[in-house]
Amino acid sequence: MEAKQHSNVSRRKIVNRIAIGAIFAAVVLAIIPLFLILAEVIIKGAPEMNLDFLTKLPTPVNVSGGGVVNAIEGSFVMVGFASLISLPVGIGAGIFLSEWGEMRFASFASFVNDVLAEFPSIVIGIFVYVIIVLTTHTFSALAGGLALSIIMMPIIARTTEESLKLVPRSLREASMALGVSRWRTITRVVLSTGRGGLITGVLLSIARAAGETAPLLLTALGSTLALTSLFQPTAALPLLIYTYGISPFRDWQDKAWGASLVLVLVVLVLNLSVKAVTRAKFITVVE
Amino acid sequence: MTMTVTELGEMQGVEQTRREMPPIAGQSKLEVRGLLAYFDKTQALKGINLKIPERKITAIIGPSGCGKSTLLRTMNRMHELTPRARVEGEILLDGQNIYDPSMDAVRIRQRIGMVFQKPNPFPTMSVYDNVAAGLKLNGVRDRKRLDETVERSLKMSFLWEEMKDRLKESGARLSGGQQQRLCIARALAVEPEVILMDEPCSALDPNATQKIEEMMVQLENEYTIVIVTHNMQQAARVADYTAFMYLGELIEFDETEVMFENPKKELTERYITGKFG
Amino acid sequence: MSKQDLNQPQVTQPAPVAGRSQSKIGDAIFKGVAMAAAIAVIGVVVVLAIELFQGSSISLTTFGPSFFSTTTWDPVHNIFGALPFIYGTLVTSAIALVIGVPISIGVALFLSEIMKERRQVADYLGSVVELLAAVPSVVFGLWALFILSPMVRDYIEKPLKTYLGFLPTFQGTPFGLDFLTAGIILSIMIIPTVSAISREVLRSVPNSQREALIALGATKWEMVRHSVLPYARSGLFGAVILGLGRAVGETMAVTMVIGNSPSITASLLHPGYTLASVIANEFTEATSPLYVSALVEIGLTLFFVALAINIIARLLVWRITRFSKVRT
Repeated sequence: MEAKQHSNVSRRKIVNRIAIGAIFAAVVLAIIPLFLILAEVIIKGAPEMNLDFLTKLPTPVNVSGGGVVNAIEGSFVMVGFASLISLPVGIGAGIFLSEWGEMRFASFASFVNDVLAEFPSIVIGIFVYVIIVLTTHTFSALAGGLALSIIMMPIIARTTEESLKLVPRSLREASMALGVSRWRTITRVVLSTGRGGLITGVLLSIARAAGETAPLLLTALGSTLALTSLFQPTAALPLLIYTYGISPFRDWQDKAWGASLVLVLVVLVLNLSVKAVTRAKFITVVE
Repeated sequence: MTMTVTELGEMQGVEQTRREMPPIAGQSKLEVRGLLAYFDKTQALKGINLKIPERKITAIIGPSGCGKSTLLRTMNRMHELTPRARVEGEILLDGQNIYDPSMDAVRIRQRIGMVFQKPNPFPTMSVYDNVAAGLKLNGVRDRKRLDETVERSLKMSFLWEEMKDRLKESGARLSGGQQQRLCIARALAVEPEVILMDEPCSALDPNATQKIEEMMVQLENEYTIVIVTHNMQQAARVADYTAFMYLGELIEFDETEVMFENPKKELTERYITGKFG
Repeated sequence: MSKQDLNQPQVTQPAPVAGRSQSKIGDAIFKGVAMAAAIAVIGVVVVLAIELFQGSSISLTTFGPSFFSTTTWDPVHNIFGALPFIYGTLVTSAIALVIGVPISIGVALFLSEIMKERRQVADYLGSVVELLAAVPSVVFGLWALFILSPMVRDYIEKPLKTYLGFLPTFQGTPFGLDFLTAGIILSIMIIPTVSAISREVLRSVPNSQREALIALGATKWEMVRHSVLPYARSGLFGAVILGLGRAVGETMAVTMVIGNSPSITASLLHPGYTLASVIANEFTEATSPLYVSALVEIGLTLFFVALAINIIARLLVWRITRFSKVRT
């Protein structure tokens, strides 16, 4: 019996090795696509990078030169507009969810917020199309910005809620015990302590909005013209990547890669600065 | 006077009389030699030498943080699972060093079972499957043998009468005391030679504690038991031998009666009489 | 212990003292404003649902439930049945889960079990995997269209056709723009979500459960297989469901590689269409009110699918991560 158990153990150890090997393989498989995508975007996008690309308007097919400045502007304007709406609402909602979290209504709101954050963005595009594009009779930067704001709002609210909940209760009590009102405690003490998390949420939501395509398709539509008004079809980087990417023209496809490089750089810089912000927060806390 | 003689004996490292060195009747099952244990850079055990007698109950007592649980966890190589933890020195199981590179932790843990502070039955398994878990790992599929082992293990842990009609229930639905006895049955089913118990009753009420103590006394005939406890009365009630630890060192080791009635070290006496800890 | 302390920011400045007289009014106003913001979030969801219902009313009354069971999608004759899109969404999501879930759980196990001793390295690796989620979906689409699709065609589909061509799933012409490619790009896109949630779920499994099996003489894999995974199963299921939610809602990357042709075929080497991609592809070209309405109804379908998926997933994930406070 002893011998039997021993052979069993060595078989089990082989199974163990195989399983751990498979787990390693999964990690490799999960990481490869990221590097393949980044490499391709850099290899194909870098040759497009020049001053014209970033500062000139698009040229018609087969006319060389030209750039994507209107798409950069469009993205900038729409994400900016979306931030104007989503920042106050998102942070306000996040404060409510964190500071009055014991209310039943707050836990319901928190749940709805989580659900909204996971909604397919194309559905939000339809929504804004119905309420804005149909009523104003035009695709516009306004509609695009509104759609992006609905995407950003739940992200900001959730990260605000989470980072404020990390602020110790004792800190709130210490402030209130000094006779400071609750709202001043929240604005002066809680928000300033939790601001690292707040900035994280805002940066992440901007990164997410900058890369959104589907809702803009139904709201901003895209354009080859310069941006002159908030009430006209508007170009955006992701829209341009899509329309140029699926076009049959080599010249446009190359521009799509160039625009991808710009977009990926922006998104990665935002994501990495989030890491920097959170790390900085930890360092100040340790000291 | 006594103290100096004892210390002399320890320094010379010879067993002069039964008094000087830990009096071990019969053979030692586990022998700890010059054991050092670390968590990262913190030293938790500072050179432990100890012989655990076979088929006896040995209690390890001492104030929290003295390293008693760490010592226990080095005995079946559970200590090395803690991040950045490491061990130096030797522990001999029947004369073989369990830290020898040729020794396999999996096999050692089959021979040295463990019961934890908090009952930890597998909540997704039935009572039956909890007890059979170790055997199934070893590839035992024979239904009859499994049935027999489960029944025998549950009987040894005084759980059979309560559980024989509830074998299919989830292990998580039992009371705390029952859960802990289930965990003991689970350890017994693998037929280990040594059972390590890490404060097995600290989460239980006095009634449940009493049952487990009775069980331990029964098990003593077949198994070598090492129990870590913060409860000195418990050590006095069940243990044949008691080791007192303080700040990572073994201060004193003796027959339980001797230790409690006539401790040789002042530190031991102060601890036993409740002056600190 | 000490790690938890790190997470707690500390007082950096003394709290300012304010006038007490206005404090009550101030508090009430502040609470009202914050609450209004929270209500706004709920309001968006409610209005969204109402608008989707209204927008799809023509389609709802014209086709009724048969909208979901008929296969003709003919804008020219104003006949709309959504079954091909439902089918396409199911098939691509299923491929995504079949490929993506084992990889994601593998990653999660690596980070939570194998790299347990090196939490920092694990977190660093984890954030590299999660960086994949930061890549915009249209960039995934571009890459899938130009790089992945030819690779899938030449190195996966052609061999499948050659060796397993007798199976109904691998018949037709390997073209690279089909269910299989769409499923593969989706599988890559769900990995960050599923692996991140799975990792948190696995980390919330109490250590005592691991030690219990190790002490019985289990190998690491046996510990994972018989203790960790069973304990975490409902939470892992929740992670998978959330991954499904991502796959169902994903639009751009799928639209760019699925071939956009409404069809129900057993073959994975055949172009298809999904709920999300038909909206993206046809919405702005839809001419008749019924056409638009039918597309909005597809949006409404996505809304409810997403809602159901999220409710189920959250209940499952919460049950394990919220109530077990054990964290190493």
